[in-house]
Amino acid sequence: MTTQTSLAQTVDPRPLTRSKLVGDRVCVFYGAKQALFDVHLEIEENRVTSLIGPSGCGKSTFLRALNRMNDTIENCRVTGEIRLDGEDIYDRNIDVVELRARVGMVFQKPNPFPKSIYENVAYGPKIHGLARSKADLDEIVTSSIRRAGLWEEVKDRLQEPGTGLSGGQQQRLCIARAIATKPEVLLMDEPCSALDPIATAIIEELIDELRENFTIVIVTHSMQQAARVSQKTAFFHLGKLIEEGATGDIFTNPVNKQTQDYITGRIG
Amino acid sequence: MHNPSNEHIVSSYEDELTELASAISEMGGMVEAAVADATRSLLKLDHEQAKAIIAGDKRIDEKHRVIDDMAVSMIARRQPMARDLRAIITAIHVAGDLERVGDMAKTISRRTLQIEGLSLTPKFYNGVKHMSDLILRQLKAALDAYATRNSSAAVEVCNADDEIDALYTSLFRELLTYMMEDPRNITQCTHLLFCSKSLERVGDHATNIAEAAFYLDTGKQLSESVEELHRTQVKE
Repeated sequence: MTTQTSLAQTVDPRPLTRSKLVGDRVCVFYGAKQALFDVHLEIEENRVTSLIGPSGCGKSTFLRALNRMNDTIENCRVTGEIRLDGEDIYDRNIDVVELRARVGMVFQKPNPFPKSIYENVAYGPKIHGLARSKADLDEIVTSSIRRAGLWEEVKDRLQEPGTGLSGGQQQRLCIARAIATKPEVLLMDEPCSALDPIATAIIEELIDELRENFTIVIVTHSMQQAARVSQKTAFFHLGKLIEEGATGDIFTNPVNKQTQDYITGRIG
Repeated sequence: MHNPSNEHIVSSYEDELTELASAISEMGGMVEAAVADATRSLLKLDHEQAKAIIAGDKRIDEKHRVIDDMAVSMIARRQPMARDLRAIITAIHVAGDLERVGDMAKTISRRTLQIEGLSLTPKFYNGVKHMSDLILRQLKAALDAYATRNSSAAVEVCNADDEIDALYTSLFRELLTYMMEDPRNITQCTHLLFCSKSLERVGDHATNIAEAAFYLDTGKQLSESVEELHRTQVKE
Protein backbone atom coordinates (compact mmCIF):
# COMPACT_ATOMS: atom_id res chain seq x y z
CA MET A 1 0.00 0.00 0.00
CA THR A 2 1.37 3.40 -0.84
CA THR A 3 1.23 6.39 1.46
CA GLN A 4 -2.17 7.81 2.25
CA THR A 5 -3.12 11.08 0.70
CA SER A 6 -2.68 13.97 3.09
CA LEU A 7 -4.10 17.45 3.43
CA ALA A 8 -1.12 18.91 1.65
CA GLN A 9 -1.65 16.67 -1.34
CA THR A 10 -5.30 17.50 -1.79
CA VAL A 11 -4.37 20.39 -4.03
CA ASP A 12 -4.55 18.65 -7.36
CA PRO A 13 -1.82 19.70 -9.76
CA ARG A 14 -4.00 18.85 -12.74
CA PRO A 15 -6.01 21.63 -14.34
CA LEU A 16 -9.64 22.00 -13.33
CA THR A 17 -11.78 19.36 -14.89
CA ARG A 18 -15.27 19.89 -16.18
CA SER A 19 -18.38 19.40 -14.11
CA LYS A 20 -19.71 15.87 -14.43
CA LEU A 21 -22.78 16.33 -12.29
CA VAL A 22 -24.49 19.60 -11.51
CA GLY A 23 -27.12 20.08 -8.85
CA ASP A 24 -29.08 23.19 -9.71
CA ARG A 25 -31.57 24.73 -7.24
CA VAL A 26 -32.19 21.29 -5.80
CA CYS A 27 -34.97 21.07 -3.20
CA VAL A 28 -36.06 17.78 -1.68
CA PHE A 29 -39.27 17.30 0.27
CA TYR A 30 -40.35 14.34 2.38
CA GLY A 31 -44.08 14.94 2.37
CA ALA A 32 -44.57 18.45 3.75
CA LYS A 33 -41.12 18.57 5.30
CA GLN A 34 -38.42 20.19 3.21
CA ALA A 35 -35.06 18.45 3.62
CA LEU A 36 -32.95 20.37 1.07
CA PHE A 37 -33.16 24.04 0.15
CA ASP A 38 -31.95 25.37 -3.21
CA VAL A 39 -28.70 23.48 -3.32
CA HIS A 40 -26.34 24.34 -6.13
CA LEU A 41 -23.30 22.11 -6.30
CA GLU A 42 -21.05 21.12 -9.15
CA ILE A 43 -19.32 17.76 -9.00
CA GLU A 44 -16.13 17.80 -11.03
CA GLU A 45 -15.07 14.91 -13.19
CA ASN A 46 -12.35 12.59 -11.85
CA ARG A 47 -12.35 14.30 -8.49
CA VAL A 48 -13.49 13.19 -5.10
CA THR A 49 -16.11 15.49 -3.64
CA SER A 50 -16.96 15.01 0.01
CA LEU A 51 -20.20 16.08 1.60
CA ILE A 52 -19.93 16.83 5.31
CA GLY A 53 -22.27 18.16 7.97
CA PRO A 54 -24.08 17.12 11.14
CA SER A 55 -26.71 14.37 11.12
CA GLY A 56 -29.88 15.44 9.39
CA CYS A 57 -28.17 18.21 7.44
CA GLY A 58 -29.25 16.82 4.09
CA LYS A 59 -25.94 15.48 2.81
CA SER A 60 -27.21 11.90 2.35
CA THR A 61 -30.46 13.22 0.89
CA PHE A 62 -28.44 15.14 -1.69
CA LEU A 63 -26.27 12.09 -2.41
CA ARG A 64 -29.33 9.90 -2.90
CA ALA A 65 -30.88 12.49 -5.19
CA LEU A 66 -27.88 12.12 -7.50
CA ASN A 67 -28.97 8.69 -8.72
CA ARG A 68 -32.65 8.96 -7.84
CA MET A 69 -32.41 6.62 -4.87
CA ASN A 70 -35.04 8.90 -3.33
CA ASP A 71 -37.55 7.61 -5.90
CA THR A 72 -38.05 4.57 -3.70
CA ILE A 73 -39.12 6.69 -0.74
CA GLU A 74 -42.82 7.40 -0.63
CA ASN A 75 -43.81 11.09 -0.52
CA CYS A 76 -40.32 12.17 -1.58
CA ARG A 77 -40.34 14.97 -4.10
CA VAL A 78 -37.38 16.59 -5.82
CA THR A 79 -37.45 19.97 -7.54
CA GLY A 80 -34.73 21.81 -9.42
CA GLU A 81 -32.40 20.02 -11.78
CA ILE A 82 -29.62 17.49 -11.45
CA ARG A 83 -27.71 17.29 -14.68
CA LEU A 84 -25.42 14.41 -15.58
CA ASP A 85 -23.29 15.53 -18.52
CA GLY A 86 -25.80 18.30 -19.09
CA GLU A 87 -28.85 16.03 -19.10
CA ASP A 88 -31.48 16.34 -16.36
CA ILE A 89 -31.67 12.97 -14.61
CA TYR A 90 -35.20 13.75 -13.42
CA ASP A 91 -36.38 14.10 -16.99
CA ARG A 92 -39.28 11.79 -17.82
CA ASN A 93 -37.34 10.13 -20.65
CA ILE A 94 -34.53 8.98 -18.40
CA ASP A 95 -34.36 5.24 -17.73
CA VAL A 96 -33.69 5.02 -13.99
CA VAL A 97 -32.09 1.57 -14.23
CA GLU A 98 -29.68 2.84 -16.83
CA LEU A 99 -29.04 5.95 -14.74
CA ARG A 100 -28.07 3.82 -11.74
CA ALA A 101 -25.72 1.85 -13.95
CA ARG A 102 -24.02 5.14 -14.81
CA VAL A 103 -24.17 6.45 -11.25
CA GLY A 104 -23.26 3.58 -8.93
CA MET A 105 -23.57 3.51 -5.18
CA VAL A 106 -21.73 2.02 -2.21
CA PHE A 107 -23.51 2.01 1.13
CA GLN A 108 -22.51 2.47 4.71
CA LYS A 109 -22.78 -1.17 5.68
CA PRO A 110 -21.23 -3.69 3.33
CA ASN A 111 -24.21 -5.48 1.81
CA PRO A 112 -23.01 -8.31 -0.42
CA PHE A 113 -25.68 -10.53 -1.92
CA PRO A 114 -25.95 -13.95 -0.28
CA LYS A 115 -24.18 -15.41 -3.28
CA SER A 116 -20.63 -16.28 -4.26
CA ILE A 117 -17.98 -13.59 -4.58
CA TYR A 118 -18.04 -14.12 -8.35
CA GLU A 119 -21.81 -13.83 -8.57
CA ASN A 120 -21.84 -10.67 -6.50
CA VAL A 121 -19.70 -8.89 -9.06
CA ALA A 122 -21.18 -10.62 -12.14
CA TYR A 123 -24.77 -9.72 -11.25
CA GLY A 124 -24.75 -6.13 -12.48
CA PRO A 125 -23.01 -6.75 -15.81
CA LYS A 126 -25.39 -9.68 -16.42
CA ILE A 127 -28.61 -7.74 -15.89
CA HIS A 128 -27.32 -4.78 -17.87
CA GLY A 129 -26.20 -7.08 -20.67
CA LEU A 130 -22.63 -5.85 -20.57
CA ALA A 131 -21.05 -9.25 -21.25
CA ARG A 132 -21.48 -11.06 -24.54
CA SER A 133 -19.88 -14.29 -23.42
CA LYS A 134 -18.73 -16.14 -20.31
CA ALA A 135 -15.17 -15.06 -21.12
CA ASP A 136 -16.33 -11.45 -21.29
CA LEU A 137 -18.05 -11.77 -17.95
CA ASP A 138 -14.99 -13.41 -16.38
CA GLU A 139 -12.90 -10.53 -17.63
CA ILE A 140 -15.26 -7.91 -16.17
CA VAL A 141 -15.41 -9.73 -12.82
CA THR A 142 -11.66 -10.18 -12.47
CA SER A 143 -10.82 -6.66 -13.58
CA SER A 144 -13.43 -5.17 -11.22
CA ILE A 145 -12.13 -7.20 -8.28
CA ARG A 146 -8.59 -6.22 -9.19
CA ARG A 147 -9.50 -2.52 -9.37
CA ALA A 148 -11.18 -2.81 -6.00
CA GLY A 149 -7.87 -4.11 -4.63
CA LEU A 150 -9.37 -7.40 -3.55
CA TRP A 151 -7.97 -9.82 -6.13
CA GLU A 152 -5.01 -11.21 -4.21
CA GLU A 153 -7.21 -11.97 -1.23
CA VAL A 154 -10.04 -13.74 -3.05
CA LYS A 155 -8.65 -15.12 -6.33
CA ASP A 156 -8.61 -18.70 -5.00
CA ARG A 157 -12.10 -18.60 -3.54
CA LEU A 158 -14.31 -16.83 -6.04
CA GLN A 159 -17.05 -19.40 -5.58
CA GLU A 160 -17.21 -18.96 -1.81
CA PRO A 161 -19.99 -16.77 -0.39
CA GLY A 162 -19.31 -13.05 -0.30
CA THR A 163 -20.75 -12.88 3.18
CA GLY A 164 -17.82 -14.95 4.46
CA LEU A 165 -15.35 -12.12 3.87
CA SER A 166 -14.22 -9.66 6.55
CA GLY A 167 -16.00 -6.29 6.82
CA GLY A 168 -13.31 -4.41 4.89
CA GLN A 169 -13.17 -7.12 2.22
CA GLN A 170 -16.97 -7.10 1.93
CA GLN A 171 -16.92 -3.34 1.39
CA ARG A 172 -14.29 -3.71 -1.32
CA LEU A 173 -16.45 -6.46 -2.84
CA CYS A 174 -19.35 -3.97 -2.89
CA ILE A 175 -17.07 -1.45 -4.59
CA ALA A 176 -16.08 -4.12 -7.14
CA ARG A 177 -19.77 -4.82 -7.66
CA ALA A 178 -20.48 -1.11 -8.11
CA ILE A 179 -17.71 -0.58 -10.64
CA ALA A 180 -18.47 -3.76 -12.60
CA THR A 181 -21.28 -2.00 -14.46
CA LYS A 182 -18.70 0.59 -15.55
CA PRO A 183 -20.38 3.57 -13.95
CA GLU A 184 -19.16 7.10 -14.57
CA VAL A 185 -19.94 8.33 -11.09
CA LEU A 186 -19.57 6.47 -7.81
CA LEU A 187 -21.61 7.60 -4.82
CA MET A 188 -20.39 6.48 -1.42
CA ASP A 189 -22.49 6.88 1.69
CA GLU A 190 -20.15 6.63 4.68
CA PRO A 191 -18.33 3.67 3.15
CA CYS A 192 -15.89 3.28 6.05
CA SER A 193 -18.05 3.89 9.07
CA ALA A 194 -18.32 0.17 9.85
CA LEU A 195 -14.64 -0.54 9.23
CA ASP A 196 -11.50 -0.63 11.36
CA PRO A 197 -8.68 1.90 10.68
CA ILE A 198 -6.63 -0.45 8.48
CA ALA A 199 -9.62 -1.45 6.33
CA THR A 200 -10.51 2.26 6.20
CA ALA A 201 -7.02 3.16 5.00
CA ILE A 202 -7.23 0.51 2.28
CA ILE A 203 -10.59 1.87 1.09
CA GLU A 204 -9.26 5.44 1.16
CA GLU A 205 -6.26 4.40 -0.91
CA LEU A 206 -8.66 2.68 -3.28
CA ILE A 207 -10.83 5.81 -3.57
CA ASP A 208 -7.73 7.78 -4.53
CA GLU A 209 -6.90 5.26 -7.25
CA LEU A 210 -10.48 4.99 -8.51
CA ARG A 211 -10.81 8.68 -9.20
CA GLU A 212 -8.51 8.21 -12.19
CA ASN A 213 -11.49 6.58 -13.89
CA PHE A 214 -14.52 7.65 -11.91
CA THR A 215 -16.06 10.74 -10.47
CA ILE A 216 -16.61 10.12 -6.78
CA VAL A 217 -18.98 11.70 -4.28
CA ILE A 218 -18.57 10.61 -0.68
CA VAL A 219 -20.66 11.35 2.37
CA THR A 220 -18.64 11.04 5.54
CA HIS A 221 -18.96 11.89 9.20
CA SER A 222 -15.21 11.81 9.58
CA MET A 223 -13.77 15.18 8.72
CA GLN A 224 -10.31 13.71 8.73
CA GLN A 225 -11.47 11.29 6.08
CA ALA A 226 -12.96 14.11 3.99
CA ALA A 227 -9.67 15.97 4.36
CA ARG A 228 -7.66 12.91 3.34
CA VAL A 229 -9.60 11.65 0.35
CA SER A 230 -11.32 14.56 -1.34
CA GLN A 231 -10.27 17.46 -3.51
CA LYS A 232 -13.50 19.35 -2.97
CA THR A 233 -15.59 19.59 0.18
CA ALA A 234 -19.15 20.80 0.62
CA PHE A 235 -20.57 21.59 4.05
CA PHE A 236 -24.30 21.18 4.62
CA HIS A 237 -26.30 22.44 7.57
CA LEU A 238 -30.05 22.26 8.14
CA GLY A 239 -30.70 21.33 4.53
CA LYS A 240 -28.65 24.14 3.07
CA LEU A 241 -25.30 24.10 1.34
CA ILE A 242 -23.34 26.48 3.57
CA GLU A 243 -19.95 26.42 1.95
CA GLU A 244 -18.06 24.52 -0.72
CA GLY A 245 -14.51 24.79 -1.90
CA ALA A 246 -11.12 23.16 -2.30
CA THR A 247 -10.65 20.72 0.57
CA GLY A 248 -7.37 22.33 1.63
CA ASP A 249 -9.09 25.70 1.98
CA ILE A 250 -12.16 24.38 3.79
CA PHE A 251 -10.08 22.67 6.45
CA THR A 252 -7.47 25.37 6.99
CA ASN A 253 -9.40 28.56 6.41
CA PRO A 254 -13.14 28.23 5.84
CA VAL A 255 -14.96 31.45 5.01
CA ASN A 256 -18.18 30.72 6.84
CA LYS A 257 -18.37 30.78 10.62
CA GLN A 258 -20.80 27.83 10.71
CA THR A 259 -18.30 25.76 8.74
CA GLN A 260 -15.49 26.88 11.05
CA ASP A 261 -17.52 25.94 14.15
CA TYR A 262 -18.50 22.56 12.74
CA ILE A 263 -15.08 21.42 11.58
CA THR A 264 -13.34 22.60 14.73
CA GLY A 265 -15.94 20.91 16.92
CA ARG A 266 -17.52 23.99 18.45
CA ILE A 267 -21.05 24.44 19.66
CA GLY A 268 -22.99 25.89 16.74
CA MET B 1 -9.94 40.91 13.83
CA HIS B 2 -10.58 37.92 15.99
CA ASN B 3 -14.26 37.08 16.21
CA PRO B 4 -15.46 35.90 19.57
CA SER B 5 -16.25 32.29 18.90
CA ASN B 6 -18.12 29.48 20.48
CA GLU B 7 -16.28 27.12 22.75
CA HIS B 8 -15.35 23.60 21.84
CA ILE B 9 -17.82 20.87 22.61
CA VAL B 10 -14.87 19.00 24.15
CA SER B 11 -13.91 21.33 26.99
CA SER B 12 -10.53 19.69 27.62
CA TYR B 13 -9.56 20.63 24.05
CA GLU B 14 -10.60 24.22 24.75
CA ASP B 15 -8.51 24.13 27.94
CA GLU B 16 -5.47 22.87 26.06
CA LEU B 17 -5.73 25.64 23.46
CA THR B 18 -5.99 28.21 26.24
CA GLU B 19 -3.02 26.64 28.00
CA LEU B 20 -0.98 26.76 24.79
CA ALA B 21 -1.82 30.43 24.28
CA SER B 22 -0.85 31.28 27.84
CA ALA B 23 2.40 29.32 27.50
CA ILE B 24 3.27 31.51 24.49
CA SER B 25 2.38 34.67 26.46
CA GLU B 26 4.49 33.50 29.36
CA MET B 27 7.45 32.69 27.12
CA GLY B 28 6.99 36.06 25.43
CA GLY B 29 7.19 37.76 28.82
CA MET B 30 10.35 35.84 29.74
CA VAL B 31 12.01 36.76 26.47
CA GLU B 32 11.01 40.45 26.62
CA ALA B 33 12.49 40.66 30.11
CA ALA B 34 15.68 38.90 28.95
CA VAL B 35 16.24 41.39 26.10
CA ALA B 36 15.51 44.41 28.32
CA ASP B 37 17.84 43.09 31.05
CA ALA B 38 20.53 42.21 28.52
CA THR B 39 20.63 45.76 27.18
CA ARG B 40 20.57 47.20 30.70
CA SER B 41 23.39 44.97 31.89
CA LEU B 42 25.41 45.82 28.79
CA LEU B 43 25.11 49.56 29.29
CA LYS B 44 25.90 49.29 33.00
CA LEU B 45 28.39 46.49 32.42
CA ASP B 46 26.64 44.60 35.16
CA HIS B 47 28.35 41.20 35.01
CA GLU B 48 26.14 39.64 37.67
CA GLN B 49 22.98 40.42 35.75
CA ALA B 50 24.59 39.22 32.51
CA LYS B 51 25.41 35.89 34.15
CA ALA B 52 21.83 35.62 35.42
CA ILE B 53 20.50 36.18 31.89
CA ILE B 54 22.76 33.47 30.46
CA ALA B 55 21.61 31.06 33.15
CA GLY B 56 17.98 32.10 32.62
CA ASP B 57 18.13 31.18 28.93
CA LYS B 58 17.85 27.52 29.94
CA ARG B 59 14.36 28.24 31.27
CA ILE B 60 13.41 29.83 27.96
CA ASP B 61 14.72 26.80 26.06
CA GLU B 62 12.78 24.53 28.38
CA LYS B 63 9.59 26.53 27.77
CA HIS B 64 10.20 26.15 24.03
CA ARG B 65 10.40 22.37 24.41
CA VAL B 66 7.23 22.30 26.52
CA ILE B 67 5.30 24.31 23.90
CA ASP B 68 6.56 22.05 21.10
CA ASP B 69 5.51 18.95 23.02
CA MET B 70 2.08 20.42 23.76
CA ALA B 71 1.57 21.28 20.10
CA VAL B 72 2.69 17.88 18.81
CA SER B 73 0.53 16.10 21.32
CA MET B 74 -2.51 18.20 20.37
CA ILE B 75 -1.99 17.56 16.67
CA ALA B 76 -1.77 13.83 17.34
CA ARG B 77 -4.74 13.60 19.69
CA ARG B 78 -7.13 16.30 18.49
CA GLN B 79 -6.61 16.43 14.71
CA PRO B 80 -7.07 20.20 14.76
CA MET B 81 -8.75 21.99 11.88
CA ALA B 82 -9.01 25.56 10.59
CA ARG B 83 -8.28 28.22 13.24
CA ASP B 84 -7.32 25.63 15.84
CA LEU B 85 -4.83 24.15 13.41
CA ARG B 86 -3.46 27.62 12.70
CA ALA B 87 -3.24 28.39 16.42
CA ILE B 88 -1.17 25.26 17.03
CA ILE B 89 1.07 25.60 13.99
CA THR B 90 1.78 29.27 14.66
CA ALA B 91 2.48 28.47 18.33
CA ILE B 92 5.30 26.21 17.12
CA HIS B 93 6.66 28.99 14.89
CA VAL B 94 6.32 31.73 17.48
CA ALA B 95 7.95 29.62 20.21
CA GLY B 96 10.86 29.01 17.80
CA ASP B 97 11.24 32.73 17.17
CA LEU B 98 11.05 33.52 20.88
CA GLU B 99 13.72 30.93 21.60
CA ARG B 100 16.00 32.66 19.08
CA VAL B 101 15.25 36.03 20.69
CA GLY B 102 16.29 34.47 24.00
CA ASP B 103 19.55 33.41 22.35
CA MET B 104 20.13 36.99 21.21
CA ALA B 105 19.77 38.20 24.81
CA LYS B 106 22.29 35.55 25.78
CA THR B 107 24.68 36.65 23.02
CA ILE B 108 24.51 40.25 24.24
CA SER B 109 25.11 39.11 27.83
CA ARG B 110 28.14 37.03 26.81
CA ARG B 111 29.55 40.11 25.13
CA THR B 112 28.91 42.10 28.31
CA LEU B 113 31.06 39.60 30.19
CA GLN B 114 33.86 40.03 27.65
CA ILE B 115 34.04 43.78 28.21
CA GLU B 116 36.47 44.29 31.02
CA GLY B 117 38.53 47.22 32.15
CA LEU B 118 36.60 49.88 30.30
CA SER B 119 33.43 51.83 30.85
CA LEU B 120 30.98 52.60 28.08
CA THR B 121 30.43 56.22 27.15
CA PRO B 122 26.78 57.38 27.05
CA LYS B 123 27.50 59.28 23.85
CA PHE B 124 28.34 55.97 22.19
CA TYR B 125 25.62 53.79 23.66
CA ASN B 126 22.63 56.12 23.46
CA GLY B 127 21.89 54.90 19.94
CA VAL B 128 21.96 51.27 21.11
CA LYS B 129 19.68 52.12 24.02
CA HIS B 130 17.23 53.84 21.69
CA MET B 131 17.33 50.87 19.35
CA SER B 132 16.70 48.49 22.23
CA ASP B 133 13.64 50.51 23.32
CA LEU B 134 12.26 50.44 19.80
CA ILE B 135 12.89 46.70 19.43
CA LEU B 136 11.17 45.96 22.73
CA ARG B 137 8.15 47.97 21.63
CA GLN B 138 8.10 45.97 18.39
CA LEU B 139 8.37 42.68 20.20
CA LYS B 140 5.57 43.62 22.58
CA ALA B 141 3.36 44.83 19.73
CA ALA B 142 3.99 41.58 17.80
CA LEU B 143 3.16 39.44 20.83
CA ASP B 144 0.02 41.50 21.51
CA ALA B 145 -1.09 41.15 17.88
CA TYR B 146 -0.56 37.40 18.21
CA ALA B 147 -2.41 37.09 21.51
CA THR B 148 -5.39 39.14 20.31
CA ARG B 149 -5.31 37.74 16.75
CA ASN B 150 -5.25 41.22 15.34
CA SER B 151 -4.08 41.18 11.72
CA SER B 152 -4.03 44.95 11.22
CA ALA B 153 -1.81 45.41 14.28
CA ALA B 154 0.39 42.65 12.85
CA VAL B 155 0.73 44.52 9.56
CA GLU B 156 1.79 47.66 11.44
CA VAL B 157 4.54 45.72 13.20
CA CYS B 158 5.80 44.38 9.89
CA ASN B 159 5.81 47.83 8.35
CA ALA B 160 7.71 49.29 11.32
CA ASP B 161 10.58 46.86 10.71
CA ASP B 162 11.89 49.22 8.03
CA GLU B 163 12.36 51.82 10.75
CA ILE B 164 14.55 49.42 12.72
CA ASP B 165 16.62 48.57 9.67
CA ALA B 166 17.12 52.28 9.01
CA LEU B 167 18.07 52.84 12.62
CA TYR B 168 20.59 50.02 12.49
CA THR B 169 22.18 51.47 9.36
CA SER B 170 22.48 54.93 10.92
CA LEU B 171 23.84 53.45 14.16
CA PHE B 172 26.43 51.54 12.18
CA ARG B 173 27.56 54.76 10.49
CA GLU B 174 27.60 56.63 13.78
CA LEU B 175 29.75 54.05 15.55
CA LEU B 176 32.05 53.88 12.55
CA THR B 177 32.52 57.65 12.77
CA TYR B 178 33.55 57.40 16.44
CA MET B 179 36.03 54.69 15.54
CA MET B 180 37.54 56.80 12.81
CA GLU B 181 37.72 59.83 15.08
CA ASP B 182 39.83 58.01 17.63
CA PRO B 183 41.13 54.42 17.34
CA ARG B 184 40.85 54.08 21.15
CA ASN B 185 37.07 53.99 20.65
CA ILE B 186 37.31 50.93 18.44
CA THR B 187 36.97 48.31 21.20
CA GLN B 188 33.82 49.63 22.83
CA CYS B 189 32.24 50.69 19.53
CA THR B 190 32.82 47.22 18.04
CA HIS B 191 31.15 45.62 21.05
CA LEU B 192 28.22 47.99 20.71
CA LEU B 193 28.03 47.32 16.99
CA PHE B 194 27.77 43.58 17.52
CA CYS B 195 25.10 44.11 20.17
CA SER B 196 23.09 46.36 17.89
CA LYS B 197 23.26 43.63 15.24
CA SER B 198 21.81 41.17 17.78
CA LEU B 199 19.04 43.66 18.54
CA GLU B 200 18.32 44.10 14.87
CA ARG B 201 17.86 40.33 14.60
CA VAL B 202 15.39 40.46 17.49
CA GLY B 203 13.43 42.88 15.30
CA ASP B 204 13.41 40.32 12.49
CA HIS B 205 12.00 37.71 14.87
CA ALA B 206 9.34 40.22 16.00
CA THR B 207 8.37 40.57 12.33
CA ASN B 208 8.12 36.78 12.02
CA ILE B 209 5.84 36.70 15.06
CA ALA B 210 3.68 39.43 13.53
CA GLU B 211 3.48 37.43 10.30
CA ALA B 212 2.35 34.42 12.32
CA ALA B 213 -0.29 36.63 13.98
CA PHE B 214 -1.52 37.71 10.56
CA TYR B 215 -1.77 34.10 9.39
CA LEU B 216 -3.47 33.06 12.61
CA ASP B 217 -6.12 35.73 12.21
CA THR B 218 -6.72 35.58 8.47
CA GLY B 219 -5.56 32.14 7.33
CA LYS B 220 -3.53 33.87 4.65
CA GLN B 221 0.22 34.39 4.41
CA LEU B 222 1.31 38.00 4.64
CA SER B 223 2.83 37.86 1.20
CA GLU B 224 4.53 40.75 -0.51
CA SER B 225 1.38 41.65 -2.40
CA VAL B 226 -0.78 41.74 0.71
CA GLU B 227 1.92 43.68 2.50
CA GLU B 228 1.99 46.23 -0.29
CA LEU B 229 -1.78 46.53 -0.18
CA HIS B 230 -1.75 47.15 3.54
CA ARG B 231 1.17 49.56 3.32
CA THR B 232 -0.95 51.62 0.97
CA GLN B 233 -3.95 51.40 3.26
CA VAL B 234 -1.90 52.38 6.31
CA LYS B 235 -0.51 55.41 4.48
CA GLU B 236 -3.96 56.51 3.43
